[in-house]
Amino acid sequence: MIVDFRSNYLQHIRSALGTVMTPLHFVATFPQELADRVNIWFISSEGLRDEHEVLRSEYVHLKSRLQKLQALERENEALRHLLDAAEKVQDKVLMAELIEVSLDPYTHKILVDRGLRDGTHVGQPVFDPTGVMGQVTQVMPFTSAVTLITDPGHAIPVQVQRNGLRAVAFGTGNSDRLRVSYLNQIADIRVGDVLLSSGLGGRFPTGYPVAKVISVDNDPGEAFLHIEAAPTAKIDRSSQVLLVWRREQQSRIVPEEDVETNAEQALHAAELDKRADREE
Amino acid sequence: MKIVLSFIAAFLLVLVPFPDWATMYRPDWVVLVLIYWCLALPDRIGPGAGWIVGLLVDIMQANLLGLNALGMSLVGYLVNRFHFRLRIFPWWQQAVSVLLILLLYRALVGWIRGFFTTSYLDFGYWVPCFIGMLVWPWLYLMLRDLYPQRKAR
Repeated sequence: MIVDFRSNYLQHIRSALGTVMTPLHFVATFPQELADRVNIWFISSEGLRDEHEVLRSEYVHLKSRLQKLQALERENEALRHLLDAAEKVQDKVLMAELIEVSLDPYTHKILVDRGLRDGTHVGQPVFDPTGVMGQVTQVMPFTSAVTLITDPGHAIPVQVQRNGLRAVAFGTGNSDRLRVSYLNQIADIRVGDVLLSSGLGGRFPTGYPVAKVISVDNDPGEAFLHIEAAPTAKIDRSSQVLLVWRREQQSRIVPEEDVETNAEQALHAAELDKRADREE
Repeated sequence: MKIVLSFIAAFLLVLVPFPDWATMYRPDWVVLVLIYWCLALPDRIGPGAGWIVGLLVDIMQANLLGLNALGMSLVGYLVNRFHFRLRIFPWWQQAVSVLLILLLYRALVGWIRGFFTTSYLDFGYWVPCFIGMLVWPWLYLMLRDLYPQRKAR
């Protein structure tokens, strides 16, 4: 167990045995899938027409925004060029379908239908259309397990959109809560602030929405603020997720590490921040 | 073969999707089936088989490797050790012993989990043991009737 926890030696065994167990997942979710399919047959044409209408208007809306975005992206690129900074390359994205959600009620993990065959790797970030979902923690030939950001052992480095304040968001085991820890009493954070992934630690790309602050509790007797945030991603409702490959990752050295080590690093960073504050 | 089939059925029961509130209270089907076989065929199914089955559960749940394996080998050992006594118990007494075994199993697994992750164990964590106790007599009768030639007597 310790070997599994601290190292990657058992990855191959896991992946081999995982293949054997894969058909079971498909069989177990089959009745649900069948029900879904049957439901699709019985959707009325009126409902479909309505949905079509809605999607169409959304499409036009998004398209217009995309045009603006393209212009902005070009401008951004030009500016970055002027600054001699590394160009941010567009990330490669692959859609994945959820197979199994309730792997174990005491950890927040999901199983998706993309695996080694599609080139997934451990540590790969996973999104849904509205925000960060989690990261791949186990890869099997046809499937991979994704640890969600709400898993009690997971932590993600974030940044407040409004002022760039850095923090760490921890999972709580509750699928609509994250805990933002180790922020000083005087930290400038308010209810309604949007937390973006900060890209520190090299796991998650920068600038994707992670959560929205829903409560800031200031207890004078404690050293840190007690902050709760709701993930923007539909953690327990999304049935399709996006796996992201980062091109820049190849040039950067990303050490093979566990989610927990990631969290430890973040903790360490938070501690350093604290010390710096005190010295001031 | 029949043993393998019953374990596969138990795996499926663990995996079948349930509404969210019910997922927490799903009994440990695999452990229950393991207890039955340890009781019925103590010379063939024991800690070793428990370890292998537990490892498969770990893989299936994408958990720490060896977590359930350790728990289930404990279950295998306990049931093997006491199978003479357990067999002659009346059904309710047997169900209570199964409850104790399930509680021990959950305690061990929860304890190890607490080592490695910031786990949170509330009362809900222990509920599946009690449901397992209620399920046990039916499961026992069912498995015994399904495979009459291997009747545990």
